[in-house]
Amino acid sequence: MIIAEKKPIEEVIEMVKDFRKILIVGCNECVTVCEAGGKREVAVLASSLRMYFMNQGKDTQIDEVTLERQCDREYLEEIRNRIEQYDVVISLACGVGVQFLAETYSRFPVYPGVNTCFMGVTEERGVWSERCQGCGQCILGSTGGICPISRCAKRLLNGPCGGSTKGKCEISKDLDCAWQLIIDRLKELDRLDEYEQIAPIKDWSTERAGGPRRVVREDVRQ
Amino acid sequence: MSVKTPSRLEKILDSGQLAVTSECGPPRGSDPEAITKKAKMIRNYVDAINITDNQTSVTRLCSLAACIHLKLMGIEPTLQMVVRDRNRIALQSDILGAASFDIHNILCLSGDHQKFGDCPQGQNVFDIDSMQLIQTVRHMRDEGKFLGGDDIQRPPQMFVGAAANPFADPFEIRVPRLAKKVAAGAEFIQTQCIYNLDKFELWMKQARDRGLHEKIYILAGVTPFKSVGMAKYMKNRVPGMDVPDDVVKRMAGVPKEKQPEEGIAICVETIQRLKECEGVRGFHIMAIEWEEKVPEIVERSGLYPRPRD
Amino acid sequence: MRLQYPSNIKIVSVPCTGKIDLIYLLKSFEKGADGVYVLGCIEGECRFGTGNLRARKRVMQAQKILDSIGIGGDRVQMYNLSSSEGPRFAEFAAEMTNKIRELGPNPIKRFREKLAA
Repeated sequence: MIIAEKKPIEEVIEMVKDFRKILIVGCNECVTVCEAGGKREVAVLASSLRMYFMNQGKDTQIDEVTLERQCDREYLEEIRNRIEQYDVVISLACGVGVQFLAETYSRFPVYPGVNTCFMGVTEERGVWSERCQGCGQCILGSTGGICPISRCAKRLLNGPCGGSTKGKCEISKDLDCAWQLIIDRLKELDRLDEYEQIAPIKDWSTERAGGPRRVVREDVRQ
Repeated sequence: MSVKTPSRLEKILDSGQLAVTSECGPPRGSDPEAITKKAKMIRNYVDAINITDNQTSVTRLCSLAACIHLKLMGIEPTLQMVVRDRNRIALQSDILGAASFDIHNILCLSGDHQKFGDCPQGQNVFDIDSMQLIQTVRHMRDEGKFLGGDDIQRPPQMFVGAAANPFADPFEIRVPRLAKKVAAGAEFIQTQCIYNLDKFELWMKQARDRGLHEKIYILAGVTPFKSVGMAKYMKNRVPGMDVPDDVVKRMAGVPKEKQPEEGIAICVETIQRLKECEGVRGFHIMAIEWEEKVPEIVERSGLYPRPRD
Repeated sequence: MRLQYPSNIKIVSVPCTGKIDLIYLLKSFEKGADGVYVLGCIEGECRFGTGNLRARKRVMQAQKILDSIGIGGDRVQMYNLSSSEGPRFAEFAAEMTNKIRELGPNPIKRFREKLAA
């Protein structure tokens, strides 16, 4: 899922401090799971902002709503009728949702309440880590199911580099060396001989480098 | 093996003689004197001089320009190229730039992560990795073609090298990794500096068991300790470095003023011992900020004079 | 034990302090409370395991937020005691009351009063 982190409240205050009618919109999917932008986080942000404005002596209306998700039009429609009464929207969805909401309600200033970080997994509650970079050409079959593009700090396809130390990456003792993981996994799968196959130069044109991407499925288009 | 390039380093290795290389770090400024001075000190004691490429991600005068300065002095340079900062277009372009000055040696490296340097907030590239860079240079040289498929006018004639670290983790794939570099087309190796001779000789034995010593020239890396402090630092703070306790003890056992001498003695003994190690075809002396000692090390190791052209 | 404790304290009972979500702490201040304190079991003796540890983390979160918005994080505190420690209960109550008296009333109360007027 997409992992995000709450923006510091000082940053959010700075964005909306001159508005008087604020709608905070949360999302029930990824940002709920990583506890950054779901219904509970919306409530906490709303309460905090209400107190901030009251303390400033400013009469501000702050309302809350959490949509199923903000990356599909039908859910964004749910606020069509009520959005008119606000002068600003804070979206706690990931960057995808913030943009789609802003696009749908282009007359309203929309501010992001979270920083969108990466596509990753829940290692345990409170710990999320990156797993996928969306390169567009998945090579997981040849690396025992561990991605060197997202988990190697140098995205080496023929690693490890000389900085791998005791299974950890040279940039941090807390970061596993992806290639150590791959080698261990290949051993476990009894496929260590595949290590010596040279992975070819990657076609990055399906990655961000090739430009903003789009998937079109003519067979399902209406 | 017969020579494929005009590289002097290749010629010496091919002749069966032990080769000696060293390295210089470029300055953090544009004064070429910083390079030319160091190079003048060691030119008669080495067969080729490596110029590092923004090592440890610290921005310096680029390796290519420094190599050109060396070439203009009549010294044989080895262009070190990391894949951290340049995409495949720039890499191929710089290779051609080097070739236009008849620079004939290249060392293909990954590069330390930018986090360690002076621009930790910068992007990194890693469009291709060091293994693929080896393949690329060979392709440009032997096929005479760009990666994109077009012909290269006056293809580069480069002797292609790579680094190897017998002391990095995991040890079990260090020789398979060497094999991979050989398969990718690397023609010479410069190893990380050696203090743990037993481990290095074990790595060499495993390499010989696979016949790799006959497919690639291995140059053993050595670095003299200036002090026990340096030994401890390298033992504890440098990833992929193996400094055995008894080496540190030996440095500590001598009074401070005598430590540099002891460090050089250890270095010379290492070279003497490794001369007997089958498959070691030369030495890469990395005397960081101590280039003035290279002549002494070469002489005391019985490697002077160097073969004349 | 029938010990005395200040009468300005309103007690909200919960089965375990682990039940206390951050929002309850914030809402209390939003509604005008001058101070909030959480009384949980001695650490290591939570009958549900780690409920009181979660509560402590949430209290710390609340402190940070209240500091950021200018209300003051000192107004929310957590204390640990066992259910038999009556005297400590009274002690904490007095301590918290004095602390809040020193800090003064919740600043947003002025605003709420102005609105009501």
